[in-house]
Amino acid sequence: MLDSVLLEARKITKRWPGVVALDGVDFRVYAGRVNALVGENGAGKSTLMNILSGVYADYEGELLLEGAPIRFRTTAEAQKVGVTMVHQELNLIPQLNVAENIFLGREPRSCMGLIDYNKMHGEAQQHLRRVGFVHDSHTTLCDLKVGEQQLVEIAKALSLRARVLIFDEPTSSLSEQETQTLFRLIDELKREGVGIVYITHKMDELSRLADYVTVLRDGHLIGEHRVHDTSTDEIVRLMVGRERKDLFVKNDHPKGEVALEVRSLSLEKRLQNRTLKLEEVSFEVCRGEVLGIYGLMGAGRTEVVETIFGLHGAAAKGVLRIGGREFLPKTPREAMDAGIALIPEDRKHDGLVLGMDIARNTTLASLDTMLRWGGIDRGREEAEAEHYRAELAIKSHSVQQPAGELSGGNQQKVVLAKMLRTDPQILLLDEPTRGIDINAKNEIYKLIDRLAAEGRAVVVISSEMPEIMALSDRIITLSAGRVTACFNRDEFTEEALLKASLPTK
Amino acid sequence: MLKTQILRIDRSTLRPLVALVVMVLALSLLSESFFTSDNIFNVMRQVSVNLCISVGMTLVILTGGIDLSVGSILALSGAVSAGLIKSGLQFAGINLHVGFTFFGVVVVALLIGGLLGWFNGQMVTRFKVPPFIATLGMLTIARGMTMLYTNGHPITGLGAQFEYLGTGWFCGIPMPVLVAVLVVLLFALFMRKAPWGRYIYAIGGNERASRLSGIDVNRVKCFVYTVAGVLSAVAALIVTARLDSAQPNAGTGYELDSIAAVVIGGTSLNGGRGSVWGTVIGALIIGVLNNGLVLMNVSPFWQQVIKGVVILLAVIMDRMNAKEA
Repeated sequence: MLDSVLLEARKITKRWPGVVALDGVDFRVYAGRVNALVGENGAGKSTLMNILSGVYADYEGELLLEGAPIRFRTTAEAQKVGVTMVHQELNLIPQLNVAENIFLGREPRSCMGLIDYNKMHGEAQQHLRRVGFVHDSHTTLCDLKVGEQQLVEIAKALSLRARVLIFDEPTSSLSEQETQTLFRLIDELKREGVGIVYITHKMDELSRLADYVTVLRDGHLIGEHRVHDTSTDEIVRLMVGRERKDLFVKNDHPKGEVALEVRSLSLEKRLQNRTLKLEEVSFEVCRGEVLGIYGLMGAGRTEVVETIFGLHGAAAKGVLRIGGREFLPKTPREAMDAGIALIPEDRKHDGLVLGMDIARNTTLASLDTMLRWGGIDRGREEAEAEHYRAELAIKSHSVQQPAGELSGGNQQKVVLAKMLRTDPQILLLDEPTRGIDINAKNEIYKLIDRLAAEGRAVVVISSEMPEIMALSDRIITLSAGRVTACFNRDEFTEEALLKASLPTK
Repeated sequence: MLKTQILRIDRSTLRPLVALVVMVLALSLLSESFFTSDNIFNVMRQVSVNLCISVGMTLVILTGGIDLSVGSILALSGAVSAGLIKSGLQFAGINLHVGFTFFGVVVVALLIGGLLGWFNGQMVTRFKVPPFIATLGMLTIARGMTMLYTNGHPITGLGAQFEYLGTGWFCGIPMPVLVAVLVVLLFALFMRKAPWGRYIYAIGGNERASRLSGIDVNRVKCFVYTVAGVLSAVAALIVTARLDSAQPNAGTGYELDSIAAVVIGGTSLNGGRGSVWGTVIGALIIGVLNNGLVLMNVSPFWQQVIKGVVILLAVIMDRMNAKEA
């Protein structure tokens, strides 16, 4: 029996400056079937779905809706013909109530042209019941747990009467009971002939829900399979199965004594649309060692290094032991005084003052060493910045060029220069090569190697498996805020790493 | 290298500077009495009060904040210093009377300004009250306290030393102008050379990156509001001395002139970009504009309209400048 194709993507290519996010990918949504989309972080799943749902309008290739070519310029256009995406990061307004969120922008009107609240809440309740939402539709959104907000997002999609419904890791914030309700809902939708795309990292969900599974890797389509013709191991192998080619050759240097011991790091912090959570994270790094932290999006990698750097203050528990001293920094200053440096993931938001020049950014974290007669010695500052510009090969007109004008790789080098000036003994690098070109990447790999050779302890977070495997002496994997495994260099395989990072339940 | 540095400083203040020069030239042609030494000193004396306040305002705005309470802080520290110099402190219960010297009064005035500013800073940093609201609260509180202290009556007759501060000359420069110049030089140097000056720019430019660089953002923010308070008190001493009296409604609306001076001087209300020198030019533009319009017998109502238009033009120019950059 052939399933009928509802929506088809043909030869989709999407380019970002310097990167091809999708390269000629085909994808099909079948009526009344679930096609699960799997792949590592950065495989191109979200990009593909954003094209299908009208978020990105410029791409190469074509979309066919029931065989007829179509091109969405906005999400509204996609929704009009019944293609809706339930996003992972929530697009709801915290100050409005549940029904107002569901009908935002298309509120039912009374004859006077005013909002017909009775009708709105009545309809909202219907959809909410289907997704298993237990609260009243008058509840203000910000009073709900993240999982419940996710249900509201799904109810909103139902209210749009979608024919194609795209779920982006919907169960990552749902409780067990909510998950079961969602699965039953999906079964129902299938019977109604709705075509469903389901992005997930949870392998056990595939056999429960999916009819097809499509694997993406590095922007390429690896294949579409019927779920009952394949196995979890096979899928994992397809997800990672790239040829092993070493990015760079790591030098061996002797490991020293333990530089940083992390004991039972725990964190619970509720933000507006997600919860930061760590549970009893423990590990140690030695001088001269590079420790990799691998995990999928939302596993808590960034939270680990941020907590070590004192960014979560009183919300964090646990203890660090550095050189016989036991404490947990409450501010970045305390962490820096203990010899810790953090190179944050988002250099534009967290790393640099973009309007300031390279020299000022370079000295920002260590300005007290730049003083003469109590004032900043601009001459020495520029000389110092010039030194780092040469050493790290920062490409710029001069050290007076504003940091905002530099390319990503060069910006990252300025952030590195700033932290290296504090002479840290423990470096925490959060996605140090994200979004930078291959040359700059290689330079940063060499720098990391050199820092370790100098006897510093380095912790690297990376979503790119080949990268983290090439760089690290050991890798720990995180999942849902917990350490799930630890691998020595001779035990590194992509499959093992991915398996250890997949969430179980 | 030195040359490019000078050019870079000028870039943001160049337009206001050109505007000021054009205005001065135009007014010199239009009015015979404008470019006379009497009138120039007159303008500078008038500008000195706004300038002191605006230097503090510049620091606050550079961090991305705002201070609406400067006028009320001015009124309260002016009233208290006038009261102290005139009648000292009376402790009725124990029959004690403490007199104050002129310098004692100066110290007390600056302390009051600093304390109220520090309070603003605590509101903003510790209790996370938005700066607009925190200082709006202080605007009302300090005004009310001024009324309580003065019972709504002016305090007059403050003695020779006070009079000298207001109307005296030192080395051929009027005292208020001298004070303002010292304030400007001190803070221009501070912003350029002191680490905390650099931190003020950094926080306005990117608060999170500043925090991640180990800067104690809250302390620096608290500091700028304290400075704004202290400089309001400095302005209060000048105003009180010049009138030889403390008026309970002194300083009303000064926050607006001050914000206008900062904005016209090219400092971004988003923080991170601008300078004390820009503010000097901004304050001079407002002063020259006021003075020129009076000399040309423009009705006070039109003066307000024109001032408003100038502020809008300045911001529009700043926006276009930001787009280019």
